[in-house]
Amino acid sequence: MGEMIKVGMADLKACKAPHALTTLGLGSCVGVCLFDPVTKVSGMAHVMLPDSKQITREINNPMKFADTGIDMLIKQMVSLGADKRRLKAKIAGGAQMFAFNGTSSSIGRVGDRNVEAVKIKLKELSIPILAEDTGANYGRTIEFYSEDARLRIRAVGKPLKTI
Amino acid sequence: MPYGEMDAMHMDVLREIGNIGAGNATTALAKLINAKIDMKVPKVEMVDFQHLASVVGNEEDLMVAVMVTLSNDVDGMMMFLMDKKSGTYLIEQMMAGSGMPVNEEFGELEHSVISEIGNIITGSYLSALASLLNMKIDMSIPYLSIDMAGAILSVPAIEFGKIGDEVLLIQTDFGDEVEVKGYFILIPDQESYTRILSALGM
Repeated sequence: MGEMIKVGMADLKACKAPHALTTLGLGSCVGVCLFDPVTKVSGMAHVMLPDSKQITREINNPMKFADTGIDMLIKQMVSLGADKRRLKAKIAGGAQMFAFNGTSSSIGRVGDRNVEAVKIKLKELSIPILAEDTGANYGRTIEFYSEDARLRIRAVGKPLKTI
Repeated sequence: MPYGEMDAMHMDVLREIGNIGAGNATTALAKLINAKIDMKVPKVEMVDFQHLASVVGNEEDLMVAVMVTLSNDVDGMMMFLMDKKSGTYLIEQMMAGSGMPVNEEFGELEHSVISEIGNIITGSYLSALASLLNMKIDMSIPYLSIDMAGAILSVPAIEFGKIGDEVLLIQTDFGDEVEVKGYFILIPDQESYTRILSALGM
């Protein structure tokens, strides 16, 4: 049995089979899970914000953005033996936690924007998304297994889901 | 002013703001459910994203949160959150005498009761704050979420993420011995913090 490695908010980790990665209580953030099916190297990034280029201030933690976070994750995975060209993705999260009415609120759409940004970045890198469980209005705990790239998703009051 | 440059005096002022706001809110809550409620001394702290959920417990703890967004002289958001057991207790107190049973799974009725409780007490917190600062603070209607602590707290974390790597929390715990345990979290944006401090002559 492998270890279950915890990935916090605005954090990322990579590992090799038989280990697994988890993030607890994912809300409007997106859990980006990448894997190389040959070497069984996998990685998870807990992305909070869409785009580092929209931020004018000095960036201390590049892991929190979709663009810079995914780049960093790939670098870590490559150093564990993954081949960039073989990477595939599964993503989860990006919920709208509070039921805002109307479209005026930027806070309300933050989950959608994170999901969009992750998809754009993965497309740029030609990494296919094999499965996703995104949007809706509830939090998710996710577990990603390097062995077979299973992504298990738990949510309050909902049956366990595997994608 | 960047959050990082706040000194002990700023923290004291923010603590006092938390004290006055939460004091008012706690009084409103006590009246609402006709019980005595004690409040702890507010905590003002910078929390990094990794440790945010540990402020209220664990990432997966089930919480009830009512959030309002703030506008006018102070922009940002305010959240009132408590564990599910406390939420159920408050609803029971509010509905006592109505003859209607409380659905512990939280149906439509329970949602509107808890939103209204949140509305009243965040309103009391903010009106105390507005008169102290001599500022206008408008609040939105209450938004409700019943979910994992980590997921709920991701919403304020993302707002702070735009300007830094930590969340500034003014947090007040309250409770009547065992039954109610909850938190007020006031999250003004960075510009509003500067305005709040300068309104107080800092």
